[in-house]
Amino acid sequence: MRIVVDTGNHIVAKAVQMARVDVVAAYPITPQTTIVERIAEYVEKGEFHGDYICVESEHSAMTACIGASAVGARAFTATSSHGLLLMHEMLHWAALARLPIVMANVNRAVGPGWNIWSDQNDSISQRDTGWIQFYCSSNQEIFDTIIQAFKLGEHEKVQLPVMVNYDGFILSHTSLPVKIPEQEEIDEFLPKRKIKWKLDVNNPITHGNIIMPNDYPKIRKAMQEAHENAHGIIKEISREWEERFGIHHGELLELYKCDDADYVLLSMGALGAESKVAVDEMRKKGRKIGLARVRVLRPFPKKEVIELAKHSDLIVIDRNISVGMEGVLFTEIKASLYGEVDAKVYGYIAGLGGKDVTFKDISKMCERVMDGKYGGYTIFDVEG
Amino acid sequence: MIKYDVVTTISYPKKGAMGKTGGWRVFKPILDKEKCVKCLRCWIFCPEGAIIRREDDSVEIDYDYCKGCGICANECRVKAISMVREESK
Repeated sequence: MRIVVDTGNHIVAKAVQMARVDVVAAYPITPQTTIVERIAEYVEKGEFHGDYICVESEHSAMTACIGASAVGARAFTATSSHGLLLMHEMLHWAALARLPIVMANVNRAVGPGWNIWSDQNDSISQRDTGWIQFYCSSNQEIFDTIIQAFKLGEHEKVQLPVMVNYDGFILSHTSLPVKIPEQEEIDEFLPKRKIKWKLDVNNPITHGNIIMPNDYPKIRKAMQEAHENAHGIIKEISREWEERFGIHHGELLELYKCDDADYVLLSMGALGAESKVAVDEMRKKGRKIGLARVRVLRPFPKKEVIELAKHSDLIVIDRNISVGMEGVLFTEIKASLYGEVDAKVYGYIAGLGGKDVTFKDISKMCERVMDGKYGGYTIFDVEG
Repeated sequence: MIKYDVVTTISYPKKGAMGKTGGWRVFKPILDKEKCVKCLRCWIFCPEGAIIRREDDSVEIDYDYCKGCGICANECRVKAISMVREESK
C-alpha cells in the first residue's frame, strides 16, 4: 500500500491500469479528458497492456466496448454530460446484453447554456437504462469503486454494466491523497473475468436477434433480479474491501451520526462529503441530525431508506432536477416510503450547473426544516 | 454447441428457427437442370442458405425456407433459374 496525491481523473486511469482492462474505447470531453489522456500516456510508456481504441464519438465508444465485452474482454470507457447522452441508445444495449462494462462518468451539467461544471442531470437521465450507478465523494472512493465495479458487474449473479459517477472539477481536477494497494493485492481481489456468454467463431450464436412478446418480459425480469442480487453483492464486496485494505465508504448508503438523529440528511456525490461537515457544525449547536450519503442510485437502497425513516424525518438535497416534477432522489425516497412508514420528507434542489454549495448553505437548508420554517420545495440557489 | 445460461437474446444455429419461411414466397424460383453449369453462384449469393449443394456441385432449392427473393435467378449467368408466381392454394 502506498499513498499518492493526484486528481480524481488520474486516479481513475490508475485504477483502470491496475484492473488489467483489456479494451479502452473513449472520446475526450471536458471534464473527463484527463482520464483518457493519462491512459494514453500509460500506453505510450508501455505501462498499459490492453488495446486502446480511438473512436469518432461516444456512441462509437460504447459500441466498441459492447463488442469487446461480448467477445470476453474486460472493457472500460469514460465520459461526461453530452458524451454520455450520445451513448444513450447503446447504454440500453449494454445492459440488455448483460455485459459488465465499467464506465467513469464525470458529472457535468447539460447545455445549453454551455456549462462544464458539476451537476448530476447527465447520469440521472440514464437512470432507467439498466446500469448500476455509483456516486463517489472522494478520490479514494473513486479508486476503490472503479476496481469494485468490475468485480460487481462481472459477478455471476449480476452481469450488468456499472457507471461510476463523480463531480466534475470538484473531484475530477482536485488532487487528494489516495491509498493504492499493490498490484498483486488488486489481482487477488479482482481475478480474470469469467465469461457468462460470448461471441465466438468456434461456437457461433446470434446475439440481439428478434424476440417475440412472450419472451421479452423474461429479459427484463432477469435484469430486475440481477439488480436485486447486486444489492446484496455490493455489501459483500464493500466488506471484503474493508477486510483486505481497511477502507470503507459505506454500503449502499454511508451512514454518519444517524443513530440518535431526529433528522437525516440525504445527498449524493461531493455534496454528500460537504454534508458531513454541515452535520458536524449542526451537531456542535446541539441539533440531532445525521447524514445518509447515497452511494448507489441503482439498485436503489429502498430497504435502508425505510429503516432510516422509522426513526428520523428526512431532508433530501438533489443536485439534479426532473423538470416538471422535482429532484430525482426526493421522488425516489418518497416512493420507497409509501405504505411502509409515515415519515416526513423535505426536499431541496441545490448546486445545479456547478453552483457552489457550502456546508453553510446545507446547514441553512436543514435548520429551516428543523425550525419549522420549511417553505416548500425550492431550488435553493435561486430562491435562497 | 455450448449453451449459455445468461438471460439475454441469444439464438443458436438451428434449421428453421422462425418456422417454414417458404410460406412467405410470392415468386418461386424454378431451376432448369439442363441449363445449369454448376458454377454455384446461386449457392454463394442465396441469403437464406436455401440452395442445397450436392456432392457433384449440382444444386437444388429448399422450398421449405426459400422466401422467393429472386437473387439466385438474378445472379445466374446462364438463366437456368426463372421466377414463377406461386399458385393460389
